[in-house]
Amino acid sequence: MSVNYIPRRFDIVRDNERCVQCGCCVRQCSNECHYFAEGGKIVLADASACVACHRCVDLCPTSALSIQKHVCDYRENANWAPQYQQEICRQAQTGGVLLSGMGTPKPYPIYWDKMLLNASQVTNPSIDPLREPMEIRTILGRKPRQLEVDAAGNPLGEMPPQIILETPIIFSAMSFGSISLNAQKSLAMAAKNLGTLFNTGEGGLHPDLSDYTDYAVVQVASGRFGVHKDYLENARMIEIKIGQGAKPGIGGHLPGEKVNVEVSNARMIPEGSDAISPAPHHDIYSIEDLRQLIWSLKQATQGKKPVSVKIAAVHNVAAIVSGCARAGADIIAIDGFRGGTGAAPTRIRDNVGIPIELALAAADARLRDEGIRSEVSLLAAGSFRCSADIVKAIALGADACYCASAPLIAMGCHMCQTCHTGKCNWGIATQRPELTKRLNPDIMHERVENLIHAWNHEIKEMMGGMGINSIDSLRGNRLMLRGIGLSEKELQILGIKHAGE
Amino acid sequence: MKRVYAKEELCLNCRLCEVYCKTAHSHSKDIVTAYKKEEPAPSARLRVSGDNHLSVAINCRHCENPKCVEACITGAMTKDKATGIVYVNESKCIGCMSCLAVCPFGCIQTGSFAVKCDLCRETGEPACVKNCPNRALVYTALGGEQE
Ligand code: SF4
Ligand code: SF4
Ligand code: SF4
Ligand code: SF4
Ligand code: SF4
Repeated sequence: MSVNYIPRRFDIVRDNERCVQCGCCVRQCSNECHYFAEGGKIVLADASACVACHRCVDLCPTSALSIQKHVCDYRENANWAPQYQQEICRQAQTGGVLLSGMGTPKPYPIYWDKMLLNASQVTNPSIDPLREPMEIRTILGRKPRQLEVDAAGNPLGEMPPQIILETPIIFSAMSFGSISLNAQKSLAMAAKNLGTLFNTGEGGLHPDLSDYTDYAVVQVASGRFGVHKDYLENARMIEIKIGQGAKPGIGGHLPGEKVNVEVSNARMIPEGSDAISPAPHHDIYSIEDLRQLIWSLKQATQGKKPVSVKIAAVHNVAAIVSGCARAGADIIAIDGFRGGTGAAPTRIRDNVGIPIELALAAADARLRDEGIRSEVSLLAAGSFRCSADIVKAIALGADACYCASAPLIAMGCHMCQTCHTGKCNWGIATQRPELTKRLNPDIMHERVENLIHAWNHEIKEMMGGMGINSIDSLRGNRLMLRGIGLSEKELQILGIKHAGE
Repeated sequence: MKRVYAKEELCLNCRLCEVYCKTAHSHSKDIVTAYKKEEPAPSARLRVSGDNHLSVAINCRHCENPKCVEACITGAMTKDKATGIVYVNESKCIGCMSCLAVCPFGCIQTGSFAVKCDLCRETGEPACVKNCPNRALVYTALGGEQE
C-alpha cells in the first residue's frame, strides 16, 4: 500500500458505555468505516473513509456516536493552507481533475445576509396572515403587453401559456442518474401536492413518474438525453439548459457505472456508456440559434408549453438575459455560482460565475430598463437556505425561486459533498439499489411538503409584516430591502439603499 | 386481525426493529440497560434475515390455527380469543420447544422459555413498527399487498 499523504478529515467517536454492539452502524455505512471485532463483542471504526454524512450517528439507537473534526496541525501558513497542500497530494496521486459535489463551500460573500427586510410601523398597517388573506400564488409565463377584451370582458387574442403555482418555490433540476429515482419521485409527489413544479434535469423522464407530468419541467440540454415528442408534450414546462451555476461553461459527465438499465432507458443511451453532455449546445452558437431552438420546441408542442432558458450567472448575465428574452423565452432561470451539483470539477465550482443576488438584480434592472420585464418570468436559483432568502430574491425581482439543496436536506442530505462518489448513504445521489431503497418516497414527500408549507407560512408572515398581502406587490419591490455593510457599488448593483437611508 | 407486515423492498437491514423489540420486552425499557445489565437478558422476538441487498424482518403471523398452540404440551402457548394474539404464558412454559419445531415460519426462539412476538400486547403498539426508520413494517388488518 502506498503512503497516503493526506490525514483523515474526521474522527469517529463512540461512547462505549452506551454502544450495545447492535451493528446498525456497521451495516449502514457505505464507506465501511465501522466493523465488528473480537467476534462481534466490540465495534471499532476506521475513520479514514468517513465523509461525515451522519448516517451512523442518526440511526444509532443509543446516540453513542459522534463525528468530530480530526485535528492534525500543519505548520501555520496563511498562503499554503492545508486544503491546498492536500489537494496537491491528491492530484499527485491520481493525476486527475479534482471533483466535488454540492455547491461551493468557499466563504464568498452571501448577499442575502447583507440585506435586511422592512416592516410597517405607524404610517402603514402590517397585516396578520392568520386573519387576513395572503396571496403567494405565482404565475409564470410571458405576459402580453396589453390585454384586449370584448364588451363582455372576454379576452381577445391568444394568451401565452401560463403556469399557476401555489408557492413561489419550485424544485430545481436534478436528473435521474445524478439522484435516485426514489429521490426524484419524492420531489414529484411533493410538487403535485404542493401545487408546484419539479424538474427532471437532463436525464429524461422515468415511466414511474408518468402520474406527475403535469408538475414536471423537462430539460433539453446539450446531450439531448431522453428528448422525444411525448417527453415534451407531457411536461408542464420545457427548459433549455444552457448552463448550471455550479459549473458554468462546462458540460456534464455521468460515468458509465451509474448508467444502469433504468437510467439508460430514461436517457435513451446504451447501458454502461458514459452520458456526456457537451459544454455548448452544438446547434446554439448565438442568440439567433437559441431563437430557433425555442421556436422548434414551441412548434413541437403547438405553443402550449412555456419554454424556459436556464443559464449560469456569469459576468455578462444582464445582456444574456435580455438576449434570451428577445429570443422568445417565456421564462429565464438564472443559476448563481453557489448552486449545487451532483459532480463538478472543484476548480470550476469554486472559481467560476457570480452570486445570484447580483446577477438577479442586474438582470431584472436591465429587463425593466428595456421595457421587456413583463415579457418573461425570472427564476432565481443558486442556494436558498431559508424563507427569508426567498423573500429577498422576490424583492430583488425574481418571480419564483428554484430550490434543490434545501429539499435534499429535508430528505436526509447532510452536505457531505461526496455526491460524485455514488455512495450516498441517504439514498439520494446514488443508483445502488441497497442504498436507494433507504429513501422511502412515502416518508420523504411528506418531509419535503412540511418544509415548503413551513416556508410558505414564513413568507406570508414576512410579507404581512411589510404590509403586503400579495406576492405580486413584493416582486421587484426593492424599497423593502436595505443593505448592511455593503459598498456603494454593491448597493448600486443590487439597486437598494443602505440601512438607515 | 391486525398483523405486522414486512416490506422487504424497503428494509434497510438496520435491525433497529430487533433493538426496540428487545427493549420493549425488557424490565428497564432502556436500551443500554436492557442490553448490558439485565439478567436474564431480554431478547428480540423478531429476526431480520438477509443482508444489505435483501433483508426482511420475520415475525409471527399469529396464525388462524396456530401449530405452536396445537403442539404446546402445557397449554402455555395460547391464542387470545378476543385479540387473536398468540402468546406464551411464561409461568407455564417449561422450555420444551415443541412449538419451535412446528412453527412453519421459524418465529419462535429459544430461551429459558419459548420467546415469540406478542404484538406488544401490553402497550398495544408494536415497538418494531413504531421505530422502523423506513416504514418497512406496517401494522394493519389488510395484507401487506393491499395496504
Ligand atoms: S449503531 Fe450505535 S449502538 Fe449500534 S453498534 Fe453502532 S455505535 Fe453501537
Ligand atoms: S461516512 Fe457517514 S455513516 Fe460512515 S462513519 Fe462517517 S458519518 Fe458514519
Ligand atoms: S427496523 Fe425496519 S428497516 Fe430496519 S431492519 Fe427492521 S424492518 Fe428493516
Ligand atoms: S409462532 Fe409460528 S405457528 Fe405460532 S402463531 Fe406464530 S407463525 Fe403461527
Ligand atoms: S410486535 Fe412487538 S413483540 Fe412483536 S416483533 Fe414487533 S416489537 Fe416484537
